[in-house]
Amino acid sequence: MSVTIDVGTVLRGTVCALYSNLVTRSTGAAVRRAIEEQVAEVAGAAQADAAAPPVVATIDFSQVELLDFSCADEIVAKLLLRMGQDVAWPGYVAFMGLHDAHLDPIETVLERHALALVSWHDGEAELFGEVEADERLHWEVVRDHGPASPDAVAQRLAVDAGCATRILERLRARRLVMHGGAGYVVPGPPGLRRGDA
Amino acid sequence: MTAVVTIPPSLEEGTFDQVLAQLAPHPEDARLLLDARHARWASPYGLAALLCVAQVRAGRLAFAVPEHADTLSYWARMGFFRHAAELFELHGTVPRARDGHDSDVLLELTPIVQSDDVHAVVGRIQRKAVDILHGQLGHDAAITGGFGMTLSEACQNIVEHAGTGGWVGVQTYNFARRLGRRVVQIAVCDAGVGFRRSLESDPGHHRTDRWDDGAALEEAVIRARSRFRVRDAGRGQGLAGIRRFLGRWQGKLTVRSGTARVAVTSPGWDDEVPLAKGLPPFPGAQLQITIPEASGDAAPAASPRARPRGRGGVP
Repeated sequence: MSVTIDVGTVLRGTVCALYSNLVTRSTGAAVRRAIEEQVAEVAGAAQADAAAPPVVATIDFSQVELLDFSCADEIVAKLLLRMGQDVAWPGYVAFMGLHDAHLDPIETVLERHALALVSWHDGEAELFGEVEADERLHWEVVRDHGPASPDAVAQRLAVDAGCATRILERLRARRLVMHGGAGYVVPGPPGLRRGDA
Repeated sequence: MTAVVTIPPSLEEGTFDQVLAQLAPHPEDARLLLDARHARWASPYGLAALLCVAQVRAGRLAFAVPEHADTLSYWARMGFFRHAAELFELHGTVPRARDGHDSDVLLELTPIVQSDDVHAVVGRIQRKAVDILHGQLGHDAAITGGFGMTLSEACQNIVEHAGTGGWVGVQTYNFARRLGRRVVQIAVCDAGVGFRRSLESDPGHHRTDRWDDGAALEEAVIRARSRFRVRDAGRGQGLAGIRRFLGRWQGKLTVRSGTARVAVTSPGWDDEVPLAKGLPPFPGAQLQITIPEASGDAAPAASPRARPRGRGGVP
Protein backbone atom coordinates (compact mmCIF):
# COMPACT_ATOMS: atom_id res chain seq x y z
CA MET A 1 0.00 0.00 0.00
CA SER A 2 1.32 3.44 -0.88
CA VAL A 3 0.38 6.97 -0.09
CA THR A 4 1.73 10.19 -1.61
CA ILE A 5 1.54 13.19 0.66
CA ASP A 6 1.75 16.61 -0.96
CA VAL A 7 3.57 18.77 1.58
CA GLY A 8 2.35 21.97 -0.07
CA THR A 9 -1.26 20.89 0.44
CA VAL A 10 -0.54 19.87 4.02
CA LEU A 11 1.10 23.25 4.66
CA ARG A 12 -1.81 25.20 3.29
CA GLY A 13 -4.38 22.98 4.96
CA THR A 14 -2.68 22.88 8.34
CA VAL A 15 -0.95 26.20 8.87
CA CYS A 16 -2.15 28.84 6.42
CA ALA A 17 -3.88 28.69 3.03
CA LEU A 18 -1.62 31.46 1.74
CA TYR A 19 1.77 29.93 2.52
CA SER A 20 3.99 28.27 -0.06
CA ASN A 21 7.23 28.42 1.90
CA LEU A 22 8.19 25.95 4.55
CA VAL A 23 9.85 28.27 7.02
CA THR A 24 9.93 28.49 10.83
CA ARG A 25 10.16 25.65 13.31
CA SER A 26 6.57 25.90 14.47
CA THR A 27 5.35 25.55 10.87
CA GLY A 28 7.61 22.55 10.34
CA ALA A 29 6.35 20.89 13.51
CA ALA A 30 2.71 21.42 12.53
CA VAL A 31 3.29 20.02 9.04
CA ARG A 32 5.19 16.99 10.39
CA ARG A 33 2.40 16.18 12.85
CA ALA A 34 -0.14 16.32 10.01
CA ILE A 35 2.04 14.04 7.86
CA GLU A 36 2.47 11.59 10.76
CA GLU A 37 -1.30 11.46 11.20
CA GLN A 38 -1.85 10.66 7.53
CA VAL A 39 0.86 8.00 7.56
CA ALA A 40 -0.51 6.45 10.76
CA GLU A 41 -3.96 6.27 9.20
CA VAL A 42 -2.67 4.41 6.15
CA ALA A 43 -0.48 2.17 8.29
CA GLY A 44 -3.45 1.33 10.51
CA ALA A 45 -5.52 0.30 7.50
CA ALA A 46 -2.63 -1.78 6.14
CA GLN A 47 -2.07 -3.62 9.43
CA ALA A 48 -5.60 -5.01 9.19
CA ASP A 49 -4.44 -7.00 6.17
CA ALA A 50 -1.50 -9.19 7.16
CA ALA A 51 -0.81 -10.13 3.55
CA ALA A 52 -0.57 -6.52 2.38
CA PRO A 53 2.81 -5.24 1.15
CA PRO A 54 4.67 -2.72 3.32
CA VAL A 55 3.29 0.81 3.40
CA VAL A 56 5.39 3.32 1.43
CA ALA A 57 4.69 6.97 2.20
CA THR A 58 6.11 9.31 -0.44
CA ILE A 59 6.47 12.87 0.74
CA ASP A 60 6.13 15.24 -2.22
CA PHE A 61 7.87 18.63 -1.95
CA SER A 62 7.15 19.79 -5.50
CA GLN A 63 4.69 22.49 -4.35
CA VAL A 64 7.11 23.91 -1.80
CA GLU A 65 9.11 26.92 -2.92
CA LEU A 66 11.43 27.48 -0.01
CA LEU A 67 12.55 25.22 2.80
CA ASP A 68 14.65 26.47 5.67
CA PHE A 69 16.85 24.51 8.10
CA SER A 70 14.26 24.57 10.85
CA CYS A 71 11.59 23.00 8.65
CA ALA A 72 14.06 20.54 7.13
CA ASP A 73 14.91 19.45 10.66
CA GLU A 74 11.30 19.33 11.87
CA ILE A 75 9.84 17.59 8.83
CA VAL A 76 12.54 15.48 7.20
CA ALA A 77 14.91 14.66 10.06
CA LYS A 78 12.30 14.16 12.77
CA LEU A 79 10.09 12.08 10.48
CA LEU A 80 13.01 9.79 9.63
CA LEU A 81 14.18 9.66 13.24
CA ARG A 82 10.76 8.71 14.56
CA MET A 83 10.18 6.06 11.93
CA GLY A 84 13.68 4.71 12.49
CA GLN A 85 13.23 4.51 16.25
CA ASP A 86 9.80 2.89 16.04
CA VAL A 87 10.66 -0.75 15.27
CA ALA A 88 6.94 -1.57 15.17
CA TRP A 89 6.40 0.83 12.28
CA PRO A 90 5.88 -1.45 9.27
CA GLY A 91 6.41 1.09 6.51
CA TYR A 92 8.90 3.06 4.51
CA VAL A 93 9.21 6.69 3.57
CA ALA A 94 10.55 8.19 0.34
CA PHE A 95 10.70 11.75 -0.96
CA MET A 96 10.00 13.36 -4.32
CA GLY A 97 9.91 16.86 -5.79
CA LEU A 98 13.09 17.93 -4.03
CA HIS A 99 15.03 20.56 -5.94
CA ASP A 100 18.50 21.91 -5.31
CA ALA A 101 17.31 24.70 -3.00
CA HIS A 102 15.65 22.06 -0.80
CA LEU A 103 18.68 19.81 -0.79
CA ASP A 104 21.05 22.18 0.97
CA PRO A 105 19.05 22.34 4.23
CA ILE A 106 17.98 18.71 3.93
CA GLU A 107 21.51 17.39 3.51
CA THR A 108 22.64 19.55 6.41
CA VAL A 109 20.09 18.03 8.78
CA LEU A 110 20.73 14.51 7.48
CA GLU A 111 24.42 14.98 8.25
CA ARG A 112 23.64 16.37 11.68
CA HIS A 113 21.56 13.32 12.63
CA ALA A 114 23.52 10.72 10.58
CA LEU A 115 20.41 9.96 8.52
CA ALA A 116 19.82 9.10 4.88
CA LEU A 117 16.80 9.23 2.60
CA VAL A 118 15.59 8.02 -0.77
CA SER A 119 14.52 10.75 -3.17
CA TRP A 120 12.82 10.25 -6.54
CA HIS A 121 13.64 12.70 -9.31
CA ASP A 122 12.61 12.27 -12.95
CA GLY A 123 11.74 8.64 -12.33
CA GLU A 124 15.12 7.81 -10.81
CA ALA A 125 15.89 7.14 -7.18
CA GLU A 126 18.75 8.94 -5.46
CA LEU A 127 20.27 8.41 -2.07
CA PHE A 128 21.11 11.43 0.07
CA GLY A 129 22.68 11.70 3.49
CA GLU A 130 25.01 9.66 5.63
CA VAL A 131 25.75 6.20 4.27
CA GLU A 132 28.90 4.09 4.23
CA ALA A 133 30.56 3.56 0.85
CA ASP A 134 29.69 -0.16 0.84
CA GLU A 135 26.08 0.61 1.76
CA ARG A 136 25.84 3.00 -1.17
CA LEU A 137 27.27 0.42 -3.59
CA HIS A 138 24.74 -2.19 -2.46
CA TRP A 139 21.90 0.34 -2.60
CA GLU A 140 22.83 1.33 -6.15
CA VAL A 141 22.76 -2.30 -7.29
CA VAL A 142 19.28 -2.68 -5.80
CA ARG A 143 18.17 0.55 -7.46
CA ASP A 144 19.55 -0.35 -10.86
CA HIS A 145 18.75 -4.08 -10.86
CA GLY A 146 16.06 -4.64 -8.24
CA PRO A 147 14.25 -6.69 -7.23
CA ALA A 148 17.65 -8.12 -6.37
CA SER A 149 18.41 -11.06 -4.12
CA PRO A 150 21.46 -10.97 -1.84
CA ASP A 151 23.15 -13.51 -4.12
CA ALA A 152 22.55 -11.34 -7.19
CA VAL A 153 23.86 -8.24 -5.41
CA ALA A 154 26.89 -10.17 -4.14
CA GLN A 155 27.62 -11.43 -7.63
CA ARG A 156 27.48 -7.96 -9.17
CA LEU A 157 29.74 -6.50 -6.51
CA ALA A 158 32.02 -9.55 -6.33
CA VAL A 159 31.55 -9.83 -2.58
CA ASP A 160 30.61 -12.63 -0.22
CA ALA A 161 26.83 -13.38 -0.17
CA GLY A 162 26.75 -13.28 3.62
CA CYS A 163 28.32 -9.84 3.61
CA ALA A 164 25.82 -8.62 1.01
CA THR A 165 22.94 -9.94 3.11
CA ARG A 166 24.22 -8.11 6.21
CA ILE A 167 24.56 -4.83 4.35
CA LEU A 168 21.17 -5.16 2.65
CA GLU A 169 19.53 -5.84 6.01
CA ARG A 170 21.32 -2.82 7.45
CA LEU A 171 19.86 -0.74 4.61
CA ARG A 172 16.44 -2.27 5.24
CA ALA A 173 16.68 -1.39 8.94
CA ARG A 174 17.37 2.18 7.86
CA ARG A 175 14.30 1.96 5.57
CA LEU A 176 16.43 2.62 2.48
CA VAL A 177 15.52 -0.67 0.79
CA MET A 178 12.63 -3.05 1.39
CA HIS A 179 11.55 -6.55 0.47
CA GLY A 180 9.64 -6.62 -2.80
CA GLY A 181 9.14 -9.18 -5.53
CA ALA A 182 11.97 -11.69 -5.49
CA GLY A 183 14.42 -9.62 -3.50
CA TYR A 184 15.16 -6.11 -2.36
CA VAL A 185 13.76 -2.96 -3.99
CA VAL A 186 14.09 0.75 -3.33
CA PRO A 187 10.97 2.21 -1.68
CA GLY A 188 9.17 4.80 -3.75
CA PRO A 189 5.91 5.90 -5.29
CA PRO A 190 3.84 3.23 -7.04
CA GLY A 191 4.67 2.78 -10.71
CA LEU A 192 8.21 4.04 -10.29
CA ARG A 193 9.60 1.23 -8.17
CA ARG A 194 11.27 -1.60 -10.02
CA GLY A 195 9.21 -4.73 -9.47
CA ASP A 196 5.92 -2.84 -9.47
CA ALA A 197 5.09 -3.60 -13.07
CA MET B 1 17.90 68.06 32.35
CA THR B 2 17.89 66.32 28.98
CA ALA B 3 21.14 64.86 27.75
CA VAL B 4 21.87 64.82 24.03
CA VAL B 5 23.06 61.73 22.16
CA THR B 6 24.35 62.64 18.71
CA ILE B 7 23.53 60.31 15.86
CA PRO B 8 26.57 60.18 13.55
CA PRO B 9 26.21 61.48 9.98
CA SER B 10 26.68 57.99 8.64
CA LEU B 11 24.80 55.53 10.82
CA GLU B 12 25.77 51.93 10.24
CA GLU B 13 27.00 48.93 12.13
CA GLY B 14 30.38 50.39 13.10
CA THR B 15 29.24 53.91 13.95
CA PHE B 16 26.25 52.64 15.93
CA ASP B 17 28.75 51.82 18.69
CA GLN B 18 29.27 55.60 19.01
CA VAL B 19 25.58 55.93 19.85
CA LEU B 20 25.84 53.17 22.43
CA ALA B 21 28.97 54.69 23.95
CA GLN B 22 27.05 57.95 24.46
CA LEU B 23 24.08 56.11 25.95
CA ALA B 24 26.13 53.97 28.35
CA PRO B 25 26.75 56.58 31.11
CA HIS B 26 23.06 57.47 31.40
CA PRO B 27 20.72 55.51 33.67
CA GLU B 28 17.81 53.74 32.00
CA ASP B 29 15.30 56.39 33.03
CA ALA B 30 17.46 59.41 32.10
CA ARG B 31 15.84 62.01 29.86
CA LEU B 32 17.60 61.79 26.53
CA LEU B 33 17.35 63.37 23.12
CA LEU B 34 18.66 61.37 20.17
CA ASP B 35 19.80 64.06 17.79
CA ALA B 36 19.73 62.84 14.19
CA ARG B 37 19.47 66.29 12.63
CA HIS B 38 22.83 65.99 10.91
CA ALA B 39 22.49 62.37 9.87
CA ARG B 40 22.89 61.89 6.12
CA TRP B 41 22.96 58.15 5.64
CA ALA B 42 21.87 55.04 7.49
CA SER B 43 22.04 51.34 6.78
CA PRO B 44 19.16 48.99 7.68
CA TYR B 45 21.28 47.94 10.67
CA GLY B 46 21.59 51.53 11.87
CA LEU B 47 17.86 52.19 11.60
CA ALA B 48 16.76 48.87 13.09
CA ALA B 49 19.20 49.25 15.97
CA LEU B 50 17.91 52.78 16.64
CA LEU B 51 14.42 51.37 17.09
CA CYS B 52 15.87 48.83 19.54
CA VAL B 53 17.33 51.68 21.63
CA ALA B 54 13.81 52.85 22.35
CA GLN B 55 12.88 49.35 23.52
CA VAL B 56 15.42 49.30 26.32
CA ARG B 57 14.94 52.75 27.81
CA ALA B 58 12.32 53.63 30.37
CA GLY B 59 9.93 56.28 29.13
CA ARG B 60 9.86 57.86 25.70
CA LEU B 61 13.10 59.24 24.34
CA ALA B 62 13.01 62.45 22.35
CA PHE B 63 14.22 62.10 18.76
CA ALA B 64 15.20 64.98 16.49
CA VAL B 65 14.68 63.84 12.92
CA PRO B 66 17.23 64.47 10.12
CA GLU B 67 17.14 67.91 8.56
CA HIS B 68 18.26 66.92 5.06
CA ALA B 69 15.30 66.25 2.79
CA ASP B 70 16.91 63.26 1.03
CA THR B 71 17.74 61.63 4.33
CA LEU B 72 14.24 62.21 5.66
CA SER B 73 12.75 60.80 2.50
CA TYR B 74 14.94 57.71 2.57
CA TRP B 75 14.33 57.01 6.26
CA ALA B 76 10.61 57.36 5.57
CA ARG B 77 10.81 54.94 2.63
CA MET B 78 12.63 52.49 4.91
CA GLY B 79 9.59 52.71 7.21
CA PHE B 80 11.63 54.13 10.07
CA PHE B 81 9.26 56.89 11.09
CA ARG B 82 6.22 54.61 11.01
CA HIS B 83 7.73 52.64 13.91
CA ALA B 84 9.68 55.49 15.48
CA ALA B 85 6.47 57.51 15.95
CA GLU B 86 5.23 54.82 18.34
CA LEU B 87 8.50 54.56 20.23
CA PHE B 88 9.98 58.06 20.33
CA GLU B 89 8.74 61.57 20.87
CA LEU B 90 9.60 62.86 17.41
CA HIS B 91 10.80 66.43 16.91
CA GLY B 92 10.83 67.89 13.41
CA THR B 93 8.79 67.44 10.28
CA VAL B 94 8.36 63.87 9.12
CA PRO B 95 7.23 63.01 5.58
CA ARG B 96 3.81 61.46 5.30
CA ALA B 97 3.93 57.70 5.69
CA ARG B 98 3.86 55.81 2.41
CA ASP B 99 3.57 52.18 1.70
CA GLY B 100 7.14 51.06 1.13
CA HIS B 101 6.25 47.88 -0.75
CA ASP B 102 6.66 49.48 -4.18
CA SER B 103 9.55 51.79 -3.43
CA ASP B 104 13.24 51.24 -4.17
CA VAL B 105 13.60 49.67 -0.73
CA LEU B 106 14.09 45.92 -0.83
CA LEU B 107 12.39 45.34 2.52
CA GLU B 108 11.41 48.26 4.71
CA LEU B 109 11.87 47.93 8.46
CA THR B 110 9.41 45.26 9.53
CA PRO B 111 8.61 44.13 13.06
CA ILE B 112 9.26 40.48 13.86
CA VAL B 113 7.37 39.10 16.82
CA GLN B 114 6.00 35.72 15.82
CA SER B 115 6.35 32.99 13.19
CA ASP B 116 3.72 34.53 10.93
CA ASP B 117 5.89 37.63 10.62
CA VAL B 118 8.73 35.48 9.28
CA HIS B 119 6.42 33.91 6.69
CA ALA B 120 5.25 37.36 5.63
CA VAL B 121 8.76 38.75 5.30
CA VAL B 122 10.09 35.78 3.33
CA GLY B 123 7.06 35.75 1.05
CA ARG B 124 7.22 39.48 0.41
CA ILE B 125 10.88 39.65 -0.49
CA GLN B 126 11.07 36.61 -2.76
CA ARG B 127 10.18 38.32 -6.04
CA LYS B 128 12.39 41.32 -5.33
CA ALA B 129 15.25 39.07 -4.25
CA VAL B 130 15.30 37.31 -7.62
CA ASP B 131 15.37 40.66 -9.39
CA ILE B 132 18.15 42.10 -7.24
CA LEU B 133 20.41 39.11 -6.63
CA HIS B 134 20.11 37.46 -10.03
CA GLY B 135 19.05 40.36 -12.25
CA GLN B 136 21.17 43.16 -10.84
CA LEU B 137 24.00 41.62 -8.81
CA GLY B 138 24.72 38.93 -11.39
CA HIS B 139 24.42 35.88 -9.14
CA ASP B 140 23.30 32.47 -10.25
CA ALA B 141 19.54 32.06 -9.71
CA ALA B 142 20.36 29.36 -7.14
CA ILE B 143 21.23 32.09 -4.65
CA THR B 144 17.63 33.13 -4.08
CA GLY B 145 16.63 29.95 -2.22
CA GLY B 146 19.57 30.34 0.16
CA PHE B 147 18.80 34.03 0.56
CA GLY B 148 15.23 33.32 1.68
CA MET B 149 16.47 30.60 3.99
CA THR B 150 19.04 32.97 5.49
CA LEU B 151 16.44 35.67 6.03
CA SER B 152 14.09 33.18 7.64
CA GLU B 153 16.70 31.74 10.02
CA ALA B 154 17.96 35.20 11.01
CA CYS B 155 14.42 36.38 11.80
CA GLN B 156 13.60 33.20 13.70
CA ASN B 157 16.44 34.05 16.03
CA ILE B 158 14.15 36.78 17.36
CA VAL B 159 11.06 34.57 17.58
CA GLU B 160 12.89 31.68 19.25
CA HIS B 161 15.36 33.41 21.52
CA ALA B 162 14.88 37.15 21.99
CA GLY B 163 11.90 37.08 24.32
CA THR B 164 10.81 40.35 22.75
CA GLY B 165 10.10 41.66 19.28
CA GLY B 166 12.69 43.03 16.88
CA TRP B 167 13.07 44.43 13.38
CA VAL B 168 14.35 43.31 10.03
CA GLY B 169 15.28 45.48 7.04
CA VAL B 170 16.95 44.74 3.70
CA GLN B 171 18.51 47.10 1.19
CA THR B 172 21.09 47.24 -1.60
CA TYR B 173 24.04 49.63 -1.57
CA ASN B 174 27.11 50.44 -3.54
CA PHE B 175 30.08 49.54 -1.36
CA ALA B 176 32.42 51.41 -3.67
CA ARG B 177 35.04 52.30 -1.09
CA ARG B 178 34.95 49.25 1.13
CA LEU B 179 34.52 46.55 -1.44
CA GLY B 180 34.26 48.13 -4.87
CA ARG B 181 30.98 46.31 -5.46
CA ARG B 182 27.27 46.56 -4.82
CA VAL B 183 25.90 44.58 -1.91
CA VAL B 184 22.63 43.46 -0.39
CA GLN B 185 22.43 43.93 3.36
CA ILE B 186 20.04 42.23 5.77
CA ALA B 187 19.79 43.64 9.28
CA VAL B 188 17.97 41.76 12.03
CA CYS B 189 18.04 43.49 15.40
CA ASP B 190 16.42 42.96 18.77
CA ALA B 191 17.00 44.21 22.28
CA GLY B 192 16.00 40.98 23.98
CA VAL B 193 17.76 38.27 25.91
CA GLY B 194 20.99 38.12 23.88
CA PHE B 195 23.24 35.13 23.24
CA ARG B 196 24.95 34.89 26.63
CA ARG B 197 21.77 34.80 28.69
CA SER B 198 20.08 32.54 26.16
CA LEU B 199 22.87 29.95 26.40
CA GLU B 200 23.01 30.28 30.18
CA SER B 201 19.40 29.09 30.29
CA ASP B 202 20.53 25.75 28.83
CA PRO B 203 20.40 23.23 31.73
CA GLY B 204 23.69 21.75 30.51
CA HIS B 205 25.50 25.06 30.54
CA HIS B 206 28.77 25.18 32.52
CA ARG B 207 30.05 28.64 33.22
CA THR B 208 33.83 28.95 32.90
CA ASP B 209 36.23 31.72 33.88
CA ARG B 210 36.27 33.06 30.34
CA TRP B 211 32.50 32.94 29.88
CA ASP B 212 31.29 36.28 28.57
CA ASP B 213 29.42 37.76 25.60
CA GLY B 214 32.31 36.97 23.27
CA ALA B 215 32.48 33.34 24.36
CA ALA B 216 28.71 33.04 23.98
CA LEU B 217 28.90 34.41 20.43
CA GLU B 218 31.68 31.97 19.57
CA GLU B 219 29.60 29.09 20.93
CA ALA B 220 26.44 30.07 19.04
CA VAL B 221 27.80 31.46 15.78
CA ILE B 222 30.95 29.41 15.27
CA ARG B 223 30.11 26.16 17.10
CA ALA B 224 26.33 26.17 16.40
CA ARG B 225 25.34 25.69 20.04
CA SER B 226 21.73 26.34 21.00
CA ARG B 227 20.06 26.42 24.40
CA PHE B 228 17.62 23.80 23.08
CA ARG B 229 20.24 21.24 22.12
CA VAL B 230 19.90 19.13 25.27
CA ARG B 231 16.28 18.43 24.38
CA ASP B 232 16.63 18.61 20.61
CA ALA B 233 19.83 17.76 18.78
CA GLY B 234 18.52 19.41 15.63
CA ARG B 235 18.75 22.91 17.08
CA GLY B 236 21.51 25.40 16.34
CA GLN B 237 21.67 24.85 12.59
CA GLY B 238 20.27 28.22 11.56
CA LEU B 239 23.36 30.35 12.11
CA ALA B 240 25.60 27.57 10.79
CA GLY B 241 23.46 27.51 7.66
CA ILE B 242 23.74 31.28 7.28
CA ARG B 243 27.53 31.01 7.57
CA ARG B 244 27.64 28.29 4.94
CA PHE B 245 25.42 30.32 2.58
CA LEU B 246 27.64 33.38 2.97
CA GLY B 247 30.78 31.31 2.48
CA ARG B 248 29.40 30.13 -0.83
CA TRP B 249 28.49 33.61 -2.05
CA GLN B 250 31.50 35.40 -0.53
CA GLY B 251 29.42 37.31 1.98
CA LYS B 252 29.91 38.53 5.51
CA LEU B 253 28.07 37.92 8.77
CA THR B 254 28.47 40.02 11.87
CA VAL B 255 26.63 39.38 15.10
CA ARG B 256 26.71 41.78 18.04
CA SER B 257 25.40 40.87 21.44
CA GLY B 258 26.06 42.50 24.80
CA THR B 259 29.60 43.80 24.68
CA ALA B 260 31.00 41.69 21.84
CA ARG B 261 30.77 41.29 18.09
CA VAL B 262 31.82 38.34 15.98
CA ALA B 263 32.54 38.71 12.27
CA VAL B 264 32.64 35.88 9.76
CA THR B 265 34.06 37.07 6.46
CA SER B 266 35.07 35.64 3.12
CA PRO B 267 38.38 36.36 1.35
CA GLY B 268 38.53 39.86 -0.13
CA TRP B 269 36.60 41.51 2.67
CA ASP B 270 37.79 44.26 4.99
CA ASP B 271 40.07 43.11 7.77
CA GLU B 272 37.58 43.33 10.63
CA VAL B 273 38.72 41.39 13.67
CA PRO B 274 36.90 38.05 14.01
CA LEU B 275 35.91 38.79 17.60
CA ALA B 276 35.68 42.25 19.18
CA LYS B 277 35.18 42.47 22.94
CA GLY B 278 34.69 45.31 25.38
CA LEU B 279 32.22 47.19 23.19
CA PRO B 280 29.65 49.53 24.73
CA PRO B 281 26.93 47.31 26.21
CA PHE B 282 23.63 46.76 24.43
CA PRO B 283 21.14 43.99 25.11
CA GLY B 284 19.78 41.52 22.59
CA ALA B 285 21.30 40.46 19.31
CA GLN B 286 22.02 42.48 16.20
CA LEU B 287 22.86 40.62 13.00
CA GLN B 288 24.09 42.04 9.75
CA ILE B 289 24.37 39.88 6.64
CA THR B 290 26.08 41.28 3.56
CA ILE B 291 26.04 39.62 0.15
CA PRO B 292 28.22 41.27 -2.50
CA GLU B 293 27.66 41.49 -6.21
CA ALA B 294 29.14 38.55 -8.13
CA SER B 295 32.75 39.39 -8.95
CA GLY B 296 33.77 38.99 -12.57
CA ASP B 297 36.97 37.12 -11.80
CA ALA B 298 35.64 34.35 -9.60
CA ALA B 299 32.64 32.10 -9.89
CA PRO B 300 30.75 31.48 -6.66
CA ALA B 301 32.37 28.74 -4.66
CA ALA B 302 30.43 25.54 -5.20
CA SER B 303 28.38 24.28 -2.34
CA PRO B 304 30.25 21.51 -0.57
CA ARG B 305 27.21 19.36 -1.18
CA ALA B 306 26.48 20.44 -4.75
CA ARG B 307 25.93 17.39 -6.88
CA PRO B 308 24.73 16.48 -10.33
CA ARG B 309 21.25 15.03 -10.38
CA GLY B 310 20.20 11.68 -11.73
CA ARG B 311 21.30 8.10 -11.64
CA GLY B 312 24.64 7.53 -10.04
CA GLY B 313 25.06 11.24 -9.57
CA VAL B 314 25.31 11.15 -5.84
CA PRO B 315 28.73 11.63 -4.28
